Parts: sequence; structure tokens; C-alpha cells
Amino acid sequence: MNQSYDLVVIGGGPAGLAAAIAAREAGLADILILEREKELGGILNQCIHNGFGLHTFKEELTGPEYAARYIERARALDIPCRLSATVVDLQREAEGLAVTAVSRQEGLSVIKARTVILAMGCRERPRGALNIPGTRPAGVFSAGTAQRLVNLEGWLPGKRVVILGSGDIGLIMARRMTLEGAKVLCVAELMPYSGGLKRNIVQCLQDYDIPLKLSHTVVDIQGRERVEGVTLARVGEDLKPIPGTEETFACDTLLLSVGLLPENELSKAVGVELSPVTGGPKVNESLETGVPGVFACGNVLHVHDLVDYVSEEAAEAGRRAADYVLAGGQRTSQGEIPLTPAGAVRYTVPCAVDPSRMAGDLLVRFRVGRNLRRAVVTARAGDRVLLRRPRPVMAPGEMEQITLKKDWLTGGEREIVIEAREEKEEA
Amino acid sequence: MAVRELTCISCPLGCPLQVEVDGQGAVVAVTGNTCRRGEDYGRREVTAPMRTITSTVRVEGGTGPVVSVRTKGEVPKGKISAVMEAIRQTRVQAPVRLGDLLAEDIAGTGVGLMATRTVERREE
Repeated sequence: MNQSYDLVVIGGGPAGLAAAIAAREAGLADILILEREKELGGILNQCIHNGFGLHTFKEELTGPEYAARYIERARALDIPCRLSATVVDLQREAEGLAVTAVSRQEGLSVIKARTVILAMGCRERPRGALNIPGTRPAGVFSAGTAQRLVNLEGWLPGKRVVILGSGDIGLIMARRMTLEGAKVLCVAELMPYSGGLKRNIVQCLQDYDIPLKLSHTVVDIQGRERVEGVTLARVGEDLKPIPGTEETFACDTLLLSVGLLPENELSKAVGVELSPVTGGPKVNESLETGVPGVFACGNVLHVHDLVDYVSEEAAEAGRRAADYVLAGGQRTSQGEIPLTPAGAVRYTVPCAVDPSRMAGDLLVRFRVGRNLRRAVVTARAGDRVLLRRPRPVMAPGEMEQITLKKDWLTGGEREIVIEAREEKEEA
Repeated sequence: MAVRELTCISCPLGCPLQVEVDGQGAVVAVTGNTCRRGEDYGRREVTAPMRTITSTVRVEGGTGPVVSVRTKGEVPKGKISAVMEAIRQTRVQAPVRLGDLLAEDIAGTGVGLMATRTVERREE
């Protein structure tokens, strides 16, 4: 079996598939996708709800249908995939990279790669990261685990349910378990706003009269063998529970939907520098990390709200990896200009741009850290305003983007500041 | 005259809509939307709300125990529980292919029920 490739894509979910397809379409022949599960498609396989693909295909698909379009395309292009193959290590070599994978069929194998695209996705934040007091009975699941049990394995994990966290998976599972006959008592959210998409609040909670308790958290879990009850309390502005506001719900299940964390063990192993804000690699305009030839895209880079944007971003990473190989690793360099977040902007992807390497206009994605009304997004280089765009509403749950035009930049800029603030805050 | 406040769900923007309704329940005006789809959504949501239903159907002899499904079009919001009951009673034999119609008219809505993925037959 071939153990040397121009491009190895780690992960066969929506990011990995789109990246591999775009790299092949950009003229790169020698590509391998490594996927841990026994089928391609990643998390989309358990996301059976609709709402995917409006942006990409102008129609509303379910997760498995959206995945199938990319899987079919990858098959048509004859891109090799190894399934049930887990990558356990990634290292730099004198020339290129070494990817170590394990699979039942082949045992341990070391695959040489000129470039690697990191497309491992993200994981749910577990209970252990939350410091919830109480006993440790059965019946506490992450929302994604419950989603897998219901949608792929055909089990309903509980009948009376409290959900902590109003992330999209939690909202989707509130509806899903209700439709399957469970009673979802409420969704508790620590913050004063939901981290989920508005349409999920409407279609998953309001449609089924499920209360959303903002500024609430779990302060106790009762039950020894199985969850018997969950106690919620209101939290103050300091996010600490307010004594006397406790309310106990008799239930057998607690679902946690409290955030997603990019899965970057391999990135760390190869020496990629991570952003403390996103938990994902710091990348430049080419979606290339600080390690030459290592690119990143999708939820391993930063957690996205819509898969459409994952596919779009991943395709760009695929094209850039193909360019890297086809240019023999030689590239122009004019020096990187840092993109600096300001105001409500928490981070930007990319976080630096080399104008000489811009393929044209550059899409900059970012998120804000709080809800804004009548907001203005600006991009400035020193005193020069490159872009000023009003946004009626901005929310932390939704990814934002602006486009930087190549001819706006001279290369002499010291930094580009990307800022979002409400109009009334503007001096 | 009454005004209903809605959040548009036609796309991820989630525009806040105000739908003005007259005494007969007819829509007079939709404001707050930023596109035509928002106006359509506002009008329909107040007069005849519709939803696409997604769920799973039991599979016999398949590589997995269930296959994901969706209604081929939208069904009236008030029919959701009837549709779910009909889905619960549906059984299919593997193999099932993405796009297969598992029911032609689910719960009398006139809308079909479609498999959204492929489940192969389990090798004995």
C-alpha cells in the first residue's frame, strides 16, 4: 500500500471532504483522507435535522443528505480514503511530515505527506469541565451523545429531561426528544443570552413550549444509581448562583450542551501554535498554520455555526494546500500583517495576512463576544478606514464575516484592526 | 389591529418581524424583514404555519437499527404529532437508499416520507 502522499487530510467529515475535493479539483492528484469512523461524513451522520446547505445548494437538506453530496463527489473523483483509521501522531521530518495512523486492518502505519490538512473537528465540553456539584448517577449525557443514541443507535436515553446549555445541539435535542415522546422540562442557560441560532430557539423550543431559562445553572444533581432530579438556580451578573432562587425538577436525564472545543491534540504534537481564544490553530490568509505545509479548516480551526461555511473554508484550505505542493513549497513572501480584534470582536480567522499571497479578496471570519444592536464593523489600518459596515444585529452564536480587498493593502501596514461596536459607543 | 412579534427562520439571519393582523386574522403588513422570504414567512407563520419533520424509522435487517427520514415537503404545524405517530409505526426492510419514499402520504398530509441516508442490508 502506498505510504507517501502529496496531501493527507486528517478527518473525513464535512471539512476534510470539501478540502480533499477542492485540492483534487485544483490539480493535485495524490491525496489520502484518513477517517476514524467506519464511514465518511463525520458529525453530519447524526445531525438528521434539516437546515443544512441553504447557502451552498440553495435548498434545505438534512445532515446525512448534505454529507452524501460531498461523499459522492469524492467517490466520483476517486479520492482514496482509509476508514476506521485513527491518526495518533503527526511530526515534522527533514522533508515534509509523518502521519502515524492505527487501524484494525493494518495496525500501525507511518504515512509520509508533503502537506497535511487538519480537519479533525471539535468535541463537546464534558461534565468534568463544569464543576457541577452532586452525585454521579447514570443519566447525564452530552447532547451529542444523546443525539447519537437516538438518531443512529435507536435508543431514547431518558423520559423526563433537563438540558443545561442552549448551544445548538442542546436545542436540537430538546425538539428531538420531545418528538420521540420524552418530556423536556426546560433548557437552562448560564448566560443572559442563548449561544444557539435564533431559528433553533424558535423551531426547537417555542414550537414545543419548552421554557428557556436564561441566567440559570445547575447547582445540584440528585440520585444515586440514576438521575432523580436536577436543581437549578438563577445566577447574578457575576454568573454565581443566587441563594434562595433554587428550583428542583424531578427528571431522569440531564443533557449538557455547554460548548464545543476544537480537537487539537495532533496540532500540538506537530508544534502548531494555538489561539487561546478559539482553541484552534493560528492561521494566515492561506489557512496555513505556523508549521509549513500544515493547513487547518472547519471546526478544528474555530467552531462554526453553519456547515456551509465549513465547506467553503475547507475548500479554500484544499486549494491552498494544492498550490503549496504544485509550487514545490516555494512561495512569495511580503511579510505578514497581523489582524487584531477590537471592541466586541473576540478573534479573527485568519489572524494574519501576507498581501502578496492573497489569491484575491480575503474572507475574514470572526465572532463577537456579546449581543450588539445597531452595530458597526470596521477594518482599519492605522488612520485609514478600509471598511465600515453597519450590522443591525450581531450575536455571539453567529459567525460574522467581512471581505478584505487585495488592492486595499499596500503591504506596508503594521496591523489591521477589525472592530465591532454599537453605533452609540462610537465617539 | 394586533401585532405579532416573530423571529424569521427562513435563513440564519433571524430577522425580528412584526406582523400586523386585522380583526379577521388577515395579515395587513410585515415589517422588520430584510428580504422577500421574510415577508412570505411572516404572512404564512401567522395564517398557516408549516414545518419539515425529521426523525428516524426502524429498519429490519440493516447495518444500523434505524434510518433517518424527513417529510418531502412541509406539513401543517398542527399535524406534527400525527406525523410522528405515523413515523413511529413505519417499518422498513434493508436495504434503504437515500431518496427512497417510505410512505406516499404520511398521516393524511398528502406529503411523502423520504429516507435521508442509505442503510445497507446486514450480511448474515
